[in-house]
Amino acid sequence: MKKVTTLTKTNRLPYFSLYFLWIGLFVIAPVALIVYQSFFGIDHSLTLSNYRTYLSSSVYLRMTFNSFWFAFLITVLTLAISYPTAYFLTKLEHRQLWILLIILPTWINLLLKAYAFIGIFSQSGSVNNFLTFIGVGPQQLLFTNTSFILVAAYIQIPFMILPIYNSLVDIDPAIINASHDLGANNFQTLWRVIFPMSINGVRSGVQAVFIPSLSLFMITRLIGGNKVITLGTAIEEHFMTTMNWGMGSTIGVVLIIIMFITMALTAGGRKGKAKS
Amino acid sequence: MAKTETILELQHVYKYFDDFTALDDINFTLDQGKFYSFLGPSGSGKTTILRTVSGLILADKGKVLFDGQDITNLPAEKRKVNTVFQNYALFPHLNVFDNVAFGLRLKKMAKSEIDDRVVAVLKVIQMDGYENRMISELSGGQQQRVAIARAIVNEPRLLLLDESLSALDQKLRQQMQYELRSLQQRLGITFLFVTHDQEEALAMSDEILVMNDGKIQQSGTPVDIYDEPINHFVANFIGASNIVPGVMVRDYEVAFVGKTFECADAGMRPNEKVEVVLRPEDIDVTTPEQGKLVVHVDSQLFRGDHFEINSHDEDGNQWLIYATNSIEDKDKVGLSFTPNALHVMRFNEDEADFDARLSQYEEGDNAD
Repeated sequence: MKKVTTLTKTNRLPYFSLYFLWIGLFVIAPVALIVYQSFFGIDHSLTLSNYRTYLSSSVYLRMTFNSFWFAFLITVLTLAISYPTAYFLTKLEHRQLWILLIILPTWINLLLKAYAFIGIFSQSGSVNNFLTFIGVGPQQLLFTNTSFILVAAYIQIPFMILPIYNSLVDIDPAIINASHDLGANNFQTLWRVIFPMSINGVRSGVQAVFIPSLSLFMITRLIGGNKVITLGTAIEEHFMTTMNWGMGSTIGVVLIIIMFITMALTAGGRKGKAKS
Repeated sequence: MAKTETILELQHVYKYFDDFTALDDINFTLDQGKFYSFLGPSGSGKTTILRTVSGLILADKGKVLFDGQDITNLPAEKRKVNTVFQNYALFPHLNVFDNVAFGLRLKKMAKSEIDDRVVAVLKVIQMDGYENRMISELSGGQQQRVAIARAIVNEPRLLLLDESLSALDQKLRQQMQYELRSLQQRLGITFLFVTHDQEEALAMSDEILVMNDGKIQQSGTPVDIYDEPINHFVANFIGASNIVPGVMVRDYEVAFVGKTFECADAGMRPNEKVEVVLRPEDIDVTTPEQGKLVVHVDSQLFRGDHFEINSHDEDGNQWLIYATNSIEDKDKVGLSFTPNALHVMRFNEDEADFDARLSQYEEGDNAD
C-alpha cells in the first residue's frame, strides 16, 4: 500500500469534473450542435440535402479546393521562411531576446495587424509610395491573392518558427560534430541529420499553420476582399448574410473532418523507418 | 622490429579560448598501429587536442601533420580520421544499420559494398542481428559498440576516442577495456584515447601522454610514467603516492625525514632540494627496529585485496601504505623499502632534460 498522498479515484473527481465540464460545454456541445444543425434545410426540415448540395455543387467543391490550395500555399511560404529563420536563431548569441521579438507580434490583436496591412498596401500606402519613387508606379496590391497569402503567412510565421526552433535546439551539438566527423559537409549534415531530427517540429508547425489557414475568413475579407472565397468566408456568409445555418454548419462539419484528416496525416510515428 | 611509421605529428600547437590558453605549445608524434592515451583532469586540454586532430576546432598557431601532409586548416569532413564521441552521439533518427552506413553512403559507395562492410563490422563488434534496432532500444554498452562500428567502418588510419568509456558502469567499462585493446591490435589502427581515468589509460595504452594546464607533462609507457613520474602533478595524478620533500645529498643518496637513504636516482646537483616519491604498495611493514622509518598508525581500512593504512612520521609527513595484513600495534610501526622503490623528482625539470638525465645514468645499470 502506498502511504504517499496520491490522487485516489474519489479525491481526483473534483479536478476532473471541472475539466470535463469545460470540454463538454465548449468543445463537445458546439461540435454536436453544428452536426445537428447541418441536417436542417433552410425550411427547418430534417434532411440530407445540405450534404447533397455540398457534394454535387461545383461552387462548393471549388471553394473547398480553394481553401486547400490557399492553406497549402500559406503553409509552404511560412515553412520556407520559418525553417531557415529558426535555424539561424539557434546560432545567435542572444537567442531569448530574438525569440521574444518573434513572439511579440502575436500579442497584438489580429484585426489591428490586418488594418495595418490595409494601410501599408493601399493606393497611397508606403509600398506604393516606394514603387512610385523607384518609377514602377502604383499597383493594385490590396484585394489580390498575393497580398492575402503574404499577410496570412506573416500572421502565422511565429507559430511555425517556435516548434521548429524548439526541435532544433534539442539536437545535441555532438551529433552535428559526429556528422562532420563522418565526412558530411554543411549541406549534407543539414539534409541528413538536422532536418530529419527536427521533423517533429516541422509537423507541429504545419499543423499549427495549415489547419487554421483552412478556415481563415477575417484576413480573407480584409486583405483578399471578395476575390478570395474560401470555406471560412462561405461559413460567415451563410451565418451572417443568407441565414442558411444548415448549410453553414454542413461546411463546418466538412472543415472539422478535414482538420482531423490533416492531424492524422501530420501526426506521424516517432519510430524511424526500418530498412533491410 | 618493423619500421614504425609516423602517422600524426603536432608541432608547436596553440589554441586560445578568449583569454584562456587551452593548448600551450603542444608537440608530439604518433606512430602507426599503436594505442595512445591522453590522460589528464578535466580542463587540462586533452579534448581540445583531440578536436584539433579531428578538425572540429582549428589550431590558432602551429602545425598538424597527418601522414606528412599539413592538415592544420582542413575541415573535419575532409580528414581521414574518425571519432568515437563521449556519450556516443549516435543518430537517433536512424537504426543501427543506417548509423553505421552513414559515412559510407556519403562516399557514394555501391549499395552492395556498403551492405557487406556494415554486416562485417557489426560482426566484429558482436552486434550482428541488431541492424534494424533503433538507437533508443539499445543498452549503453551496445550503443558504445555501435559508435565504434560507425567510426571503424570507414577504415580510418587514426581513431579518436573521447572519454568513450566514461558513461558505462564499472564492470562493463573493464570489459570494454579488454575489447578495445584487442580490437586495436586486430585492426592495426592507431588509437588515440582521451580519458581522465588513470586505470583505464594504464591498462590499455602503449604510450600515455599526461596533460595538465594545456601542456603535455610527460609521455612514455604506462610503466615508465608510473615508476618514474617527472613531477609532483604526474606522481599525484597517476596512482596513489607518498610525496615528501627531501635533499639530494649526492648521486644515489637522498635525505628526508632527517635520514639519508640509498636510492636509484642520480644526475642532480649536490644538496639540491627535491621531492621523493614512494608508492604505497612498495612499502613493507616491519618492526620498529628493522624499519628505515618509524610511523604512528592513524587509521586503517580493509579494501578487500589489501589494507589501506594511513600513518604519520615524527616530522608530521603522511604515509599511505597498502599492506596485506592489518597492524596490531598501532603506536610504533617500522617501514622498509628498497632503494629502487624511491623515486626522486627535481623541481621544474622539463621532459627533455628529464629523459636525458635518466638515459645518462641508466646506461650502466640495466639490472631492473
